[in-house]
Amino acid sequence: MTIPWDLFAIQTVNGIVTGMILALVASGLTLIFGILNVVNFAHGELFMLGAYVGVLVLATTGSFWLALVAATIIVALLGAALQIVTLRPLVGRDPMTTILATFGISLVLQNYALWQFGPVARKIQEPITGHFTLFYLDYPWYRLMIALLSAAIIGGFWLFLKYGKYGIWIRATTQDRVMAEAMGIPVPWVHTAVFAIGAGMAAASGVLFGPLVGVDHAMGLPWVLKAFIVVVVGGMGNLGGSIAAAIFISLLEAYASIWVSPSQAVIVSFVVLILTLLFRPTGLFVPTPK
Amino acid sequence: MSPPKPSVEPLVQVEDLHAYYGKSHILHGVSLSVGRGEVVGLLGRNGVGKSTTLKSIIGLVAARQGRVLFDGRAVTGVPAHKLARIGIAYVPEDRRIFHLLTVIENLRTGLDRDGVSESRRRQLLDKAYAYFPVLAERRNQPGGTLSGGEQQMLAIARAMMLEPKIILLDEPTEGLMPRMVSQIRQIIDVLHRDGVAILLVEQNVPLTLEASQRVYFMEKGEVRHQAVASELDVNDPVIHQFLGI
Repeated sequence: MTIPWDLFAIQTVNGIVTGMILALVASGLTLIFGILNVVNFAHGELFMLGAYVGVLVLATTGSFWLALVAATIIVALLGAALQIVTLRPLVGRDPMTTILATFGISLVLQNYALWQFGPVARKIQEPITGHFTLFYLDYPWYRLMIALLSAAIIGGFWLFLKYGKYGIWIRATTQDRVMAEAMGIPVPWVHTAVFAIGAGMAAASGVLFGPLVGVDHAMGLPWVLKAFIVVVVGGMGNLGGSIAAAIFISLLEAYASIWVSPSQAVIVSFVVLILTLLFRPTGLFVPTPK
Repeated sequence: MSPPKPSVEPLVQVEDLHAYYGKSHILHGVSLSVGRGEVVGLLGRNGVGKSTTLKSIIGLVAARQGRVLFDGRAVTGVPAHKLARIGIAYVPEDRRIFHLLTVIENLRTGLDRDGVSESRRRQLLDKAYAYFPVLAERRNQPGGTLSGGEQQMLAIARAMMLEPKIILLDEPTEGLMPRMVSQIRQIIDVLHRDGVAILLVEQNVPLTLEASQRVYFMEKGEVRHQAVASELDVNDPVIHQFLGI
């Protein structure tokens, strides 16, 4: 069998582009899990709502960038409100209750979107429409821009976690919630802020990804499913691990679809998930705990 | 003989405090007080509720009954993060430093408050580094890589960053080498000289008697006896009665 190097290169670019978007979705998810200990089943719906807010703002203002910023902020605020009214009262209860709560939120948001916007997919016009030639393909610049923007958002967030005053609060709370509280860190508000940041990141990825697929009420589902795989493979709550896993899995899928159809290539991520759970249940990118 | 009263105005007063872990009743009406700038020892066998008393004061264990007054104000039920901001610092038994945060970041958790000027931050850090030079050397090292004694110093230094009026100090010398123990002993004196009150839970009886002005003895979730520390020695029958040594 000859190796099709050109296809290989194209799929590498595709894998990295998808991987960066996925990393952006998964960062929010893993952050919320790592700090609030909540598995957020509504994450895909926050992604979807972000895309819809993007559609609306784009329709009124005509500016993609304004749509991106507005969707991030509005969905972050919505996330904060959701956390305060549904998750905060459940602190200290059985984790199952938070799963039910976020699952409930996801159903409500999805059906709200269906009721409000109807079943027909909307379109977000990409801000740049140029192409460049990648071997024999006209490859859209916009795809590369998505990857760069996602990387920039994740990078900015990482810098904030590393050096920002509130970043240190977030990391301290992740490691020891009780001691963080005893050091005067307002832990309930850190939780709300983290949920809001995660929601904002999901919304930003929704807007960024909107131009590549249609925006509809169910668009979040495949993403959140894949993001869950990434979060488990990367190590629950491990931000760096999730980013690495997102790119790793997306690349594997992209390469697999050289030989099989893209819908079959999805199987690859499940295989990785199962192998990870079997042999490295704490995640591929964390040292095995002693 | 009437029990000794704090010679200074009380800073923390605990009155008839009851606390539970799940269904088990741990504190059965603890009452004690710590004066402004006073070092008070809390002695008793394992499991009599000493640590729980500290946790209830800082609000990490909810009081089911009774109250805590701080600076004359009732603070029962106030969340720990608010108490930390008004002057109650807590150094837990297992130190609980943030392992993945560097030494300086651990200190910043207490420093990054509103109303701390840049020069004040500098002063507080310099003070901590002067008392614990090893922390200055290791400032960019993750807290988890420090030795047990160094972690204890970091835990105390971190509490000092809050500029507390009182530090609740839970078994600071547990598991430390003798050299480290005497260093902890010195830092208690330094804090005392700086006017910081300390409520000290400690298994090391001689150290507690030396460092404290008064001591309370707990048994079965209650304070059963109190004494002026300088009037007791390690062989006192009271010590034998409450600690079995």
